[in-house]
Amino acid sequence: MRTTPKTTLQDVLCTFCASGCDNLEITYEGRVIDSARNGCAISVSRFTTADRSRLLKPLVRKGGKLRPTTFARAIDRAARILNRAKYPLLYGWSQTSCEAISKGIELTELVGGLIDNTTTSCHGPTILGVQDAGEATCTLGEVRHSADLVVYWGCNPVHSHPRHTNRYTVFSEGRFRRTRKDRKLIVVDVRKTDTAKLADRFIQVEPNGDYELLTALRTAVNGEEIEQDTIAGVRVETVEEIAEMMMECEFGALFFGLGLTMTSGKHRNTEAALALVKDLNYVTKFVIVPMRGWFNVAGANEVSTWQTGYPYAVDLTQGYPKFNPGDTSAIDAMTRGEVDAALVVASDPVSHFPREAVKHLLKIPVIVLEPKRTPTSEAAEVVLPSAMLGVEAAGTIYRIDGVPLEAKKVIDPPLGVRSDVEILDAMIKRVKKLGARR
Amino acid sequence: MPELLIRNGYVLDPLNGIEGERMDIAIKDGRIVESVGRKARVLDALDMTVMPGGVDIHSHIAGAKANCARMMRPEDHSRDTEAKTKYTRSGVGHTIPSVFTTGYRYARMGYTTVFEPATPPLKTRHTHEELNDIPIIDKGCFPLFGNNWFVMEYVKQGRIEELAAYVAWMLEATKGYAIKIVNPGGIEAWRWGRNLRHLDDNVPNFDVTPRQIVRALCEVNRLLNLPHAVHVHPNGLSEPGNYQTTLDTMECARDFRREGRTIMHVTHVQFTGRKGWSWADVRSGAPEIADYVNAHDHVSIDPGQLIFTNVTWMTADGPAMFALFKLAKTKWFNADVEAETGAGIVSATYKKSNYVNAMQWGIALELALLVKDPWKVYLTTDHPNGGPFTSYPRVISWLVSNQARQKLLDKINKTAKRRLNLPGIGREYSLHEIATITRAATAKSLGLESKGHLGLGADADIAIYDIDPRKLDLAREYKAVRKAFAHAAYTVKDGRIVVKKGEVVRSVRGRTFWTKPKVSDDVMKTMMTGLASKFDDYYTVRMANYPIEENYLTASQVITTSAGV
Repeated sequence: MRTTPKTTLQDVLCTFCASGCDNLEITYEGRVIDSARNGCAISVSRFTTADRSRLLKPLVRKGGKLRPTTFARAIDRAARILNRAKYPLLYGWSQTSCEAISKGIELTELVGGLIDNTTTSCHGPTILGVQDAGEATCTLGEVRHSADLVVYWGCNPVHSHPRHTNRYTVFSEGRFRRTRKDRKLIVVDVRKTDTAKLADRFIQVEPNGDYELLTALRTAVNGEEIEQDTIAGVRVETVEEIAEMMMECEFGALFFGLGLTMTSGKHRNTEAALALVKDLNYVTKFVIVPMRGWFNVAGANEVSTWQTGYPYAVDLTQGYPKFNPGDTSAIDAMTRGEVDAALVVASDPVSHFPREAVKHLLKIPVIVLEPKRTPTSEAAEVVLPSAMLGVEAAGTIYRIDGVPLEAKKVIDPPLGVRSDVEILDAMIKRVKKLGARR
Repeated sequence: MPELLIRNGYVLDPLNGIEGERMDIAIKDGRIVESVGRKARVLDALDMTVMPGGVDIHSHIAGAKANCARMMRPEDHSRDTEAKTKYTRSGVGHTIPSVFTTGYRYARMGYTTVFEPATPPLKTRHTHEELNDIPIIDKGCFPLFGNNWFVMEYVKQGRIEELAAYVAWMLEATKGYAIKIVNPGGIEAWRWGRNLRHLDDNVPNFDVTPRQIVRALCEVNRLLNLPHAVHVHPNGLSEPGNYQTTLDTMECARDFRREGRTIMHVTHVQFTGRKGWSWADVRSGAPEIADYVNAHDHVSIDPGQLIFTNVTWMTADGPAMFALFKLAKTKWFNADVEAETGAGIVSATYKKSNYVNAMQWGIALELALLVKDPWKVYLTTDHPNGGPFTSYPRVISWLVSNQARQKLLDKINKTAKRRLNLPGIGREYSLHEIATITRAATAKSLGLESKGHLGLGADADIAIYDIDPRKLDLAREYKAVRKAFAHAAYTVKDGRIVVKKGEVVRSVRGRTFWTKPKVSDDVMKTMMTGLASKFDDYYTVRMANYPIEENYLTASQVITTSAGV
């Protein structure tokens, strides 16, 4: 029998991917979310299964097993681990708020550690490419209003960002482009994905052939002749045709994903894509937008940049920020076995990092802030359950294109569960106190 | 908060007509008062100059484009780092410092209030996140209106009252301070890779002209009774011959008079004060522009002084940045913002040997020296476009010392030296005039009644410099002037000593100023109905999620005005 009335909240922001759909309609009763309308299937699941596999009590490892403890004891243990460490890593951050990330940087500076976010394993090469070649970009609304040519390269938004094509690209309704007919869609990928099925032109590139193909396109755009017959499995006539399409459009938009950043060539691939778009601006208007994954991975870069000057892989052990990916990036420092303690916030490196890095992670004390059980939380020394951002806690996040949005608190977190900001704040206070005692 | 007494200082307070009198300044609860008790802390400023804290009217310190620039330029940071201290957080950055460092560096120079002059409304939440994080100084930001679709449509339809209501709503929604116009209509043209160069060019698809946009926003500024003037970056930035567009832009607002206040501030005029037909024959348009400013009271300017160093260009003027990138061939960032504006960023280095750079340096100084009234021309480098804000002491030394200028003139491009009027200008600023262009006049132009002076009730934001004007010959000992302004002996913020001998000894939280004009309910209601009906068509963010709540600002300071609509 239902006793409390149902409440409906409008204009709720989805906190799954970084598309920033902020038109969800959430109906809930007490702590139970009944429905989440207007979003994709993933969004519905994020909201309606919020209570599944939750961590509810702070845990610390004792005699090889994680056992429930009080919040204060868990914080104390975490603070001692960080304080004792010589090269602690504070990692994750892409699924929490900018306010929490800000606390994370403060804590890193305090304990003299390394802070890195999940950019390191997704669009890190994009940032390195931008640092070499710059970037011509725009907010997604500009694409919706103006783009008559859309290119998805090495990404599959139909599955990764399900509302992307409807809200921002070929199926959206903009001021200067109204329907699908007003836009051409090119998809470049190694296989015929579900996104490719929507395309006017699908270009199947050989695996790891992106750099070659991008360079050939640049050659064509710059009016030079290509001598080969095929480029990375694509006939040269096709390359020239695509280049022609790009030059002849009024407003082109190239979106790219991990198919470009994490395949052979990495930041050279992104640099080539950025340079292609730059070249196209000599002829027409063209923009490029990376398809960032987690809902606040862009925000993690933003906060890190305005506070330390660098978007990820920031070493604060010397008392000032240092940035040298490959040296100061999480996976590399972990693989070299240098990190001697880790704080993981809203991320699951045990599932996502390379084996060598995970091997080392399993040897060192790990503190985890996470709403749900993950392989990383299972391996932790200290676990602090946290509220789900955008469901049980409010905070600022950044969309793919750098548009800042406010994630709402819809329902209360489970009893006793705190937000990342509260937990990190308590940790900072404890570290300061322990430091003073030392 | 303990009371404070600054004793025996040589006080310069241009707004109150105090031109170097030895006097004491009493401070209680963060404000300047008549007297304090005997237990007050005494700060001896004997043989030192006491001024109100510096007020910077135009410096790109925060927001989306500043952060894109930081992200794009790691090479800017690694050579300029600041380690954490007992009182300060760490940071990096020569031309675009990280936020904590930005606050500390301003405070070290005796600056206590700084305005970010261009924020894309849709991304202003970001700007406030950074402003919140900048320690010590007070701040505010100017939202961009000159290419906004709603603005251009109201202008086209001649619905000026609704436009006023819209601007009022936007200032409140973004917690913005003043109307900023950048390349009116030209950034909308940039959507299709084009630009507008003159005041009567037509904006594609909108059928309005830059002149109509500028005039309508001036009218709105007057109707809303906003504290600051309309802050304008004209069309044709950096192009040879653009001084005429700058003059046209000033002239087009001549009939909008405001009692004792300007209606238009034209910014970084060095970039838009060029005569000539090509890059090879760029000449100075400074004399014509200065003549105009000298003869009219509705307009003020700032030069955007160029410094020979590495810089980062950043502006909402996307098309101008692309044009400059094609010359500089360095790194280019472009970031257009839906239905509102754009942004461009390019890294660059100004060289003394480069003809155009040398001309720019000279044009900026000519502007500062040829405008006779220091209440009409303010000190800026258009940070980080002309040079980093940390160069202000250098600019001050050029203004107070002809010798300092001549010395540099001998080192710059010879053709530029020959073609500039600068070698023949002997004027040297007095310390009082420096105090005017760096705090009193800027505070007045911004309409900040409690800033820029040391009268009773003013905010106790004070800079004390190790300069004894009776002993120091500014013109000859310009290097000492530079040193003194780079490292304030003391900076006091809201009655607390934050800097001592040029080092930060305490970090406090500054406030963020924003404007809330009160428009009649009827007009507001009509405007809101129209706005709501189009919002989803124009934006990819829901209207309910667009406004920034007041509690988002960690220390909000609202200025309310009553509008004439």
